[in-house]
Amino acid sequence: MSETAKSHPDADEESTTDDTTAEATTAEADSGRTPVTDGSTAIVRALENGGVEHAFGVQGGAIMPVYDALWDSDIEHITMAHEQGAAHAADAYGVVANEPGIALATSGPGATNLVTGIADANMDSDAMVALTGQVPSDMVGSDAFQETDTTGVTMPITKHNWFAASADSIGDTVGEAFALSESGRPGPTLVDLPKDVSFEETDNEPGEPELPPGQKPPTEADQENVEDAARAIERAEKPLLLLGGGVIKAEASETAREFAREHGIPVVTTMPGIGSYPEDDELCLSWAGMHGTGYANMAITHTDCLIGVGTRFDDRLTGGIDTFAPEAEVVHVDIDPAEISKNIHADYPCIGDAGTVLDQLTEEMEHEPDAREWREQCQTWKNEYPMDYSIDKDAPLRPEFVVEAFDEATDDDTIVTSGVGQHQMWASQYWEFTEPRTWVSSHGLGTMGYGLPATIGARFAADDDQDVVCFDGDGSFLMTIQELSVAVRENLDITVAVLNNEYVGMVRQWQDAFFEGRHMASEYNWMPEFDKLAEAFGAKGWRVNDYDEVADTVEAALEYDGPSVIDFHIDPDANVYPMVASGAPNGKFALSEDQL
Amino acid sequence: MSENQQGLQGPPPEERPHPDGRRNSQGIRIDPEVEAEPDSRTAMISALVEHEPGVLARIAGLFSRRQFNIESLTVGPTTVEGNARLTLIVEEPEPGIDQAKKQLAKLKPVISVGELENRPIRSELVLLKVNGDEPDKVQAVTEMYDGTTLDAGPETITVQLTGEYDEIEDALDAYRQFGIIEIARTGPTALARGSTPTTPGEKPAAEATAVGVETDGGSDAGGETGDGSAESQAETTN
Repeated sequence: MSETAKSHPDADEESTTDDTTAEATTAEADSGRTPVTDGSTAIVRALENGGVEHAFGVQGGAIMPVYDALWDSDIEHITMAHEQGAAHAADAYGVVANEPGIALATSGPGATNLVTGIADANMDSDAMVALTGQVPSDMVGSDAFQETDTTGVTMPITKHNWFAASADSIGDTVGEAFALSESGRPGPTLVDLPKDVSFEETDNEPGEPELPPGQKPPTEADQENVEDAARAIERAEKPLLLLGGGVIKAEASETAREFAREHGIPVVTTMPGIGSYPEDDELCLSWAGMHGTGYANMAITHTDCLIGVGTRFDDRLTGGIDTFAPEAEVVHVDIDPAEISKNIHADYPCIGDAGTVLDQLTEEMEHEPDAREWREQCQTWKNEYPMDYSIDKDAPLRPEFVVEAFDEATDDDTIVTSGVGQHQMWASQYWEFTEPRTWVSSHGLGTMGYGLPATIGARFAADDDQDVVCFDGDGSFLMTIQELSVAVRENLDITVAVLNNEYVGMVRQWQDAFFEGRHMASEYNWMPEFDKLAEAFGAKGWRVNDYDEVADTVEAALEYDGPSVIDFHIDPDANVYPMVASGAPNGKFALSEDQL
Repeated sequence: MSENQQGLQGPPPEERPHPDGRRNSQGIRIDPEVEAEPDSRTAMISALVEHEPGVLARIAGLFSRRQFNIESLTVGPTTVEGNARLTLIVEEPEPGIDQAKKQLAKLKPVISVGELENRPIRSELVLLKVNGDEPDKVQAVTEMYDGTTLDAGPETITVQLTGEYDEIEDALDAYRQFGIIEIARTGPTALARGSTPTTPGEKPAAEATAVGVETDGGSDAGGETGDGSAESQAETTN
């Protein structure tokens, strides 16, 4: 830990007698904030200038000066149990609040523990700023205590990272990291802060966060491309709108809804795009891909004009590239030029902001496509492949039933978070999402353990009257369960529903399907009793085995003002279907294992 | 809640209609009867970058993690202080080259990216050490290829060669008879021919001090980012 003790500004105002402090107090009175005196205060000021209200982190030697500066700031710091938790909490906070989440950690293990969370944010294009302590500049490269080449380690998983060189520029560097993180296609940034630079004196007040010179994300798409795309949509007979996570990030959900309705175009979403379009709307076919609905996968297979907005055509969406939307001309709207034709060739590339380009398209289109028959076809598929499950009241609980019970007991604006695995799929399949930023999950990286810390981050960003419900698996929950201590300490009103099958369920499902049922390392055999574990943490815990306990327990948990955990012991053999096997055609989704 | 509670229903995969269309591995719709997978080609990419710590690591890391096949990379300062020019040779099928350029342009320290087409001016420097047993013959070969003898001892002779890839390869063939002991090559570096900027961002052609620059439009190898104005970079960064 810190060898260099730095005197703490006394919290007791009566002791502020010497001149320097008196001066500082005057400045504070003027600006409402303490003046910048060193690297650390400049860093904190840069965050304040960005409007940061919450930061998630874990203390430690090299980051201590920054923490010390937070003492005088209005920024609320939430001490997490583990740095991975801090990164996921910051990520989820950013998703819900539509601003970069802030994660703090010390050098070495603190920074490396952030890595999973940074990589997760990078895959899902979530805005996040990670601030990491570093050993003093003159010790860098000497294998000093708790030294790791943090900028080197995080280079492939950040939009950009910086090694702070001097106290004079450190505030503006943090401002750049903040601005870059949320601009264009969002993503995580990181600033590595050597301890001596944090301590170094400076009175350089950082300005408002500004993008690094030369960085200017596109807004409007090239008009000629828009015209070509508009013609393609007009002449389509089977147009389909595919809304990705970028629609939500661009705050373009409303525009996308208007676009679909005005032109009568059916809608599918990607998994991160869940919430961009209301799933109870007639035009909506929910989400496509590996565990998407049968009707979404039928539509994406048969469309003749696929309008992808803010999506990167990831392999879990496309299935086999050779059979993905094989008859479709592709209109691809994305703010990141590198996503155009990366996985799926774009016949009509429109590089720009999702909402702006959709407006451009609407402006340009002279008539809606003649898609009445296609809309009817989509409805037919909806009826042909309903999302449904069967219940035997004497058999173990079906997980889908639990998800639906929560959905019924909560409002539309409820935020749903999840870990990764079968439970995540059931939650996204059987919850009817209607609003953006209400589905918070780990999509691209698939990080088990994301759920609980993300729930904590989401809770801080959510409105007070919004419920926050986490669906977790037993395996996922156990990976970051220590964060329950944070939820209790902060008295967060969250509800965790553990869909417990005592398996690494998704692995078990694949072993049954593709490995002759050899359950290697997927069977836990023994799991702690999560209700009691929750109580030991100081949270409220329940265990539910039967159907007739579900509704009342859900009600009680939601009612409880604080963190609550329900351990639902579900049918251990329940599997997630429909399923498109890896690399298979979406249109050949299996409805049961024997169809794989 | 589910209304019929019968579990998942619907025709099984083999009873559903399936379109005949196909895409190739690049995600391009193809006629499977006609079109083959695209051949890879060699592209010479030039990038103007901020010469800040770690910029080479960022670029090398990008090419490595995205599995772009990179044959050579050279780097050096430019007319603008704090900027460096990188020259890369990439071998990829067409969409891969496009992708490499776009990913490169996304890196924060990268100012502009261009591909050199239409016979760019390219050159490479080679140092090679050969056996010194036949100094006269070595000297003759060196003169033939416009090389320079940098060091001549009783046992070894060290020669410097510059030129395009083919010239260098020819020269090396000629030296092989003496026995090449060691070789060091810079890898080729290049600029666009004529007044067209190699990539936007360096000193504009109008200000260039060089005289007699070709103006016949012998090269249209402009930057990836297009018009050469400061605005052009916006297209490729976000």
